[in-house]
Amino acid sequence: MAVGISNLLQSSAATATPLLLAALGENVVQRAGIVNVGMEGMMLVGAFFAVVGARHSATHLTGNPYAGVVLAVVAAMLLAALFALFVLKLTANQVVIGVVLNLLALGLTGTLYRALFGVTGAFLASTTAALPAYPWLLGQDLLPLLALLGVPAVGLFLFRTRAGLELRACGEHPAAAEAAGVNVLGVRALALLFGGAMSGLAGAFLSIGENHTFVDNMSAGRGFIALAIVTSGRWTPWGCLGMAALFGLAQALQFLFQAQGLHVSYQLFVALPYVVTLLVLTSGGRWTPWGCLGMAAMFGTAQALRFVLQAQGLHISSQLFVAVPCVVTLFVLTSGGRWAAAPAALGQPYRRS
Amino acid sequence: MSGAPIRPNGPQYSRLLVYAALAIGVTTVGILCRRTWPGAALHAILVGAVGDSRSGHLYAISESLVSACPLLLTGLGVVVAWRAGMFSIGAEGQLLMGALAAIATAGLARNMPGPVLTLLMILAGSAAGAGWSALAGWLRVRRGVPEVISTIMLNYVALYLVGLLVEGPLQESGQLAQTAPVPAAAMFARLLPASWTGGVPARLHSGVLLALLAAAACYVYLYITPEGLRLRVLGSNPEAARTAGFAVDRIRVRAMALSGALCGLAGAIELAGVAGRLYPEFSPGWGYSAIPVALIGGLHPIGTALSALFFGGLAAGCGNLERMTGVSAVLINVIQAAAVLAVIGVRAWRNRSAGAETV
Repeated sequence: MAVGISNLLQSSAATATPLLLAALGENVVQRAGIVNVGMEGMMLVGAFFAVVGARHSATHLTGNPYAGVVLAVVAAMLLAALFALFVLKLTANQVVIGVVLNLLALGLTGTLYRALFGVTGAFLASTTAALPAYPWLLGQDLLPLLALLGVPAVGLFLFRTRAGLELRACGEHPAAAEAAGVNVLGVRALALLFGGAMSGLAGAFLSIGENHTFVDNMSAGRGFIALAIVTSGRWTPWGCLGMAALFGLAQALQFLFQAQGLHVSYQLFVALPYVVTLLVLTSGGRWTPWGCLGMAAMFGTAQALRFVLQAQGLHISSQLFVAVPCVVTLFVLTSGGRWAAAPAALGQPYRRS
Repeated sequence: MSGAPIRPNGPQYSRLLVYAALAIGVTTVGILCRRTWPGAALHAILVGAVGDSRSGHLYAISESLVSACPLLLTGLGVVVAWRAGMFSIGAEGQLLMGALAAIATAGLARNMPGPVLTLLMILAGSAAGAGWSALAGWLRVRRGVPEVISTIMLNYVALYLVGLLVEGPLQESGQLAQTAPVPAAAMFARLLPASWTGGVPARLHSGVLLALLAAAACYVYLYITPEGLRLRVLGSNPEAARTAGFAVDRIRVRAMALSGALCGLAGAIELAGVAGRLYPEFSPGWGYSAIPVALIGGLHPIGTALSALFFGGLAAGCGNLERMTGVSAVLINVIQAAAVLAVIGVRAWRNRSAGAETV
């Protein structure tokens, strides 16, 4: 059982790390007043260039995977700079640029992948230097540690420093911030670059930390889950940590169930982040990450009850057990306040007058 | 969240030229990476899109139109929502919900005569798409949830719902994660006899005509009816709309529902016209490509129809390119993105003093 729990934690950490890294970046970006829908693409570009960097070094230089990490961060920051150019300088719509950068990243990595490495990735896995795992980090590489340290660091920066206050002012009331002498566009550009760097790290973890290779569209919606985490985590790094941990645990439980031969549809687990985010948003702040943890426990209890009943020979349709928590949730959400904790100027363009 | 006014222009057909030029440029770069002769590659794209004298034109054009059909309908969905100032990214999920409702209807009403069943599938698909989209609209106006985020969430919920159902209650007996096929009598009629296309049956189906009809209907709705005028006023100047006493919330939810109905229709038509059954990888991302399609089309129904035809041809052409040279068809995403960035860049540069947000 002890082995089971340690496996569960390991596998939670593997799922939660890229989500937390990207979410911390997006948290800062959104606090500065920008919604970066293009994080998915930045992560994908990071994942691809991490492999390019690590592999290149493996054959020609020292075989240092950290060269891959650096290249991933630089590449993702370049994409973030493109986002900043269009959104801040040319006042293009943030959603449009985000969606378009995702398409760009998908096409670019797919085309370059085939151009550089041929059609299959089998060869890639054997020549790519993976991030080393350390026993003193419980068998993890450095990125999960970095993600964990990032939580208090971002928290302290946002809520305890003057620069963080100025950044939040850009997200609440950019005109007032500008009047107080803050360079709003400059702050937003720096925030975007930070968000890009964190997405790049998340991508590097996916390709050379977790999987040791690159596959087409390997970010697979994680950039959007990070967006969900920031929103449902109420724009605080601690909230992000709670939500990332919850989603990591859900994913790990799914693997565990699968290994135990329990037939629970995996879609229920992978859809969880999106459903939870919708519920948190709908409830207008009544649902905190801890409330969600409670809800997850409710789902878990319902499932466990089903297995117990099944073991007793009672066959009750599985849909019923999924439906019960949903109905309870809808009951709880009879009415709620408005969407309050978001930065007031989130998503609105700002132009110096 | 998107309180800023958008200032959409009418159809700008010159964009299609920008687009074509970019397509050629980017394709060349992409192909150079593969060290294939660019001329041959562009030729492969052209042959895939419109055919050549050796293989005939009809089959290739049919393939282009078939590829354009879901892009056109989802693109129209984007036009309707965005014109009302609702930045919905939910076309993908609404399309899947439309296909899901359509295949469920086909399963329930299996014994109906073919045309009746087709009609029921179309209605169910549109209704499901409309409901899924109106949910995001309702969350926006009643709960202040930004539609950008809620539609992304709903996309993934729809994707996994489809996955869950095609491995569960809707699964055809067997190991494959897919539903039973739509009854042959309820499939859209093929428009071209096989003898016209050298014995190879072309996939052009009557659903494509329905999509073109939808484009015309969107034009009439947006530009001729008073309701369409109110919708556009709300999108371009929400403050003016509120001052004029428009029922802003109702217009927003209605625009979202209409947008979702078009996307749901896209799913139902693709199901009953081409795919024939539902499986988890049903959509290759039409709902996301719909946004570049609509933007290149100037957020105008007629412009979107032209842009969808162009993209459809490009998709068919890139498919042929992949078969002929091994250059991945995902290249089309780069072309789409580069085209939108170029159009926005050029326009923003021109209006750099105007002070409006550029869409």
